[in-house]
Amino acid sequence: MQIEAARPGKILLRLKLNGRWREDAVAENQLLVDYIREVARLTGVKSGCDGGECGACTVLVDGEAVPSCITLAVRCAGCSVETIEGLAQQGRLNRLQHAFHEKLGTQCGFCTPGMILAAEALLRRNPTPSDDQIREALSGNLCRCTGYVKIIESVRSAAEAPP
Amino acid sequence: MTANGHGSLGRVPLIDGIDKVSGRARYTADLDHADALVGRILRSPVAHGDIVRLDVAKARALPGVVAVVTGDDCALTYGVLPVAMNEYPMARGRVRYRGEPVAAVAAIDAETAERAIALIELEVRELPAYFVSAQARAAGAVLLHDNKPGNLEREVHHTFGDVAAGFAEAYLVREERISCAEINHAQIEPHACLADYDPLTGRLTVQSVSQVGYYLHLMLARCLGLEESRIRVIKPFVGGGFGARVEVLNFEIITALLARAATGKVMMQLTREETFLTHRARPQTDMRLKLGLTRDGRITACECEAVQRGGAYAGYGIVTILYAGALLHGIYAIPAVKYDGYRVYANLPPCGAMRGHGSVNTRHAFECLLDRMARELGLDPFAVRRANLLTAPTRTPNDLMINSYGLGECLDRVERASGWARRIGTLPRGKGLGMACSHYVSGAAKPIHWTGEPHATVNVRLDFDGGLTALTGAADIGQGSSTMVAIAVAETLGVSLDRIRVVAGDSAITPKDNGAYSSRITFMVGNAAIDAAKNLRAILVEAAARKLEADPGDIECAGETFRVGAGGQASLSFSEVAKAALVDRGPITVSGTFTCPPEAQGGKHRGGAVGSTMGFSYAAQVVEVSVDEATGLVTVDKVWAALDCGRAINPLAVEGQIEGSVWMGMGQALSEETRYLDGLPAHASLLEYRVPTIAESPPIEVHVVESHDPYGPFGAKEASEGALAGFPPALVNAIANAIGADLDELPATPDRVLLALVEKRRQARRATARKAAP
Repeated sequence: MQIEAARPGKILLRLKLNGRWREDAVAENQLLVDYIREVARLTGVKSGCDGGECGACTVLVDGEAVPSCITLAVRCAGCSVETIEGLAQQGRLNRLQHAFHEKLGTQCGFCTPGMILAAEALLRRNPTPSDDQIREALSGNLCRCTGYVKIIESVRSAAEAPP
Repeated sequence: MTANGHGSLGRVPLIDGIDKVSGRARYTADLDHADALVGRILRSPVAHGDIVRLDVAKARALPGVVAVVTGDDCALTYGVLPVAMNEYPMARGRVRYRGEPVAAVAAIDAETAERAIALIELEVRELPAYFVSAQARAAGAVLLHDNKPGNLEREVHHTFGDVAAGFAEAYLVREERISCAEINHAQIEPHACLADYDPLTGRLTVQSVSQVGYYLHLMLARCLGLEESRIRVIKPFVGGGFGARVEVLNFEIITALLARAATGKVMMQLTREETFLTHRARPQTDMRLKLGLTRDGRITACECEAVQRGGAYAGYGIVTILYAGALLHGIYAIPAVKYDGYRVYANLPPCGAMRGHGSVNTRHAFECLLDRMARELGLDPFAVRRANLLTAPTRTPNDLMINSYGLGECLDRVERASGWARRIGTLPRGKGLGMACSHYVSGAAKPIHWTGEPHATVNVRLDFDGGLTALTGAADIGQGSSTMVAIAVAETLGVSLDRIRVVAGDSAITPKDNGAYSSRITFMVGNAAIDAAKNLRAILVEAAARKLEADPGDIECAGETFRVGAGGQASLSFSEVAKAALVDRGPITVSGTFTCPPEAQGGKHRGGAVGSTMGFSYAAQVVEVSVDEATGLVTVDKVWAALDCGRAINPLAVEGQIEGSVWMGMGQALSEETRYLDGLPAHASLLEYRVPTIAESPPIEVHVVESHDPYGPFGAKEASEGALAGFPPALVNAIANAIGADLDELPATPDRVLLALVEKRRQARRATARKAAP
């Protein structure tokens, strides 16, 4: 009989995910992106690189845009975590989702959830950003399809829309 | 949806856009794989060598490991070109690049799979490895493939017209050597594949990131020895392709081999590093280009030699090296062209097709040299291009068909929009304007796997609910092909876009399609969708005529209403007509097809099919730059791009494609480069591989030119690739305009710009010294 390799201990993690409190036993070394995708089964958050390179995994933690692939799940104890699935309320797309759809801010869509959440964090702290401020806020999120032109248009359009 | 009834052509958001912005779009890695085993691949640590020993016993014995496969499990080669399949899913006997798959495991979880990989014992006797084309081609170099002397995958020697006479007639002849670094697609979704083998029925289901489900299907059948009818290939949402996935990739076959060996389901998710290693992108290319111009800028002859470093296996290589020569034609009137192409094997990950396949690097060299010669002749760059315009319809010297040609208007549009005439030559030092033109095919008129079938087939279903379902094998990878199919069907039938549902990319349901490559979908699948909708319309009109007791020829259908004559009183709704048609024949499925006629399929010379198409897109662009002469840093301030797409079926999507392709050209021009240290990739992350971020991406002003192609669907041609190749030369020409230094190498990184400046100063000093000498 082989000896089991040491497995990391588990911790009871309590956090608010898309407005609902939940508790899960998670490994100490589990990344937030894996917790969201595999434990909470929300696959809107994407993994596009080997750690902190592309921004596809961006989620909101207490309103801040955070790369979930280099964040430990247990670090979010007691926090409010928001994913793309939490943005649409009462059957209505949020203004950024609506704008990204209407203005073609999304093509293949893989970077889109992270891009929208990074923009959401921006609009919450700065409701009327300039183009340069949009560029700065989204500079950690790579998109390979759009050349970013329609992403900037989408964020600008969402900022102008009633919240 | 904005479209209603007749008039679906217009700015329409993607029909799957809501899935993407809401996060419910499922990509391969998002598919339910809770009960799946985890796959991992062992890759060669050396660039070239013979496998002396491969022992998987310890890995196999590790608890939790369910299957281990090696090259012994698949003795059949695979590849995209039937004439050049020289690659095994896992190496057999010889490894030819660092990162080549050697073995793979499926285990109950990732940790176990990774431990098993570490337990595999691999011994390789190293051979000399070549990372530069010249070394691989040198006399006495060890051959990567025994049947390929000189490590050449393919030599191409094409001459059309009298080249010597052309150069003799020229007022100015110049020759330059220009090279472009290897680049990568860097689509944001890493590679992934989910394979499910049911041992009870012997059926295999594979879901993958492919742009070419049909080719994947063929290769799975070949490599696993399964009957094609026992395989189902499904395309989930795909997070970008750009050519990365237009051939079957080793991990897809490996995942299926693992699933069969494990008699179950295996999920394979490659890391970003492995995604880079899988490669198949644009090769490093050395070019020697010679042009002859008359005093007024007319091109009299062109001579081009291109050497592409293709990597360790054939892939699309033959097509790439042929495209590079064939697409010297088709954009300008050039009476004589000589092309010599060499596709070289090297011990690096295999190259393949990437957006603008084959055309980009030779177009770059051409447009740079043309600009330098224009400067020497004191001619405006726009004037030189205008002196060489074609007139459609025509055939090129290498027998390509040109049916529509909007390049002249593209030039007018970007010249005016950029204020070229007013601004060129008046900008302060360090600021510059540059321009260039480019073109691309709307689908290869001769498919890779020639079966004699139509080039595209679309089915449309109508059932009791009055809903229309378009079934297509065309792979929507974000470019919006499913939306295009919906628009084509809605427009042809005069129904609301909301009535259409598109089901795409499932071999059990949708008709076979060759896939998303060579910008074929709008032209070919669009035409097939129109044909299918017309066939359905004939059935509906017949049913409406019977109900309205009128002649079918008098029935008009628009706005979801069928009536007798344009202003007729008696009318029927779409649902009423649908019900009447179903009474006659039950639920309806119609089929529509598109076929390129033989005269479109290129010349009779060897390789003459490559470059052949029913319609070329044309593009012109102006790039404005700032160059910091102290640091060599180039900033793109603004781009004006015009593209002739024949007709914009969906202007919103066309703009998105033009912006994306221009910007991708910017990445290649400015910062992207794959680099290897003794065959070890030094670029294999999205930090080292410098894709432009939003912070360094300029505004791109798009102008859509519509030349109304006679054969395109609604007059449309491609819009996704044609504008890419113009950016790199326009940038290099703009840099020359800004600082007076010519760059012979891409990308225009600060070090290369500084070197060009140093070289320019050295030449200026020499010139002064010569003048000062007595």
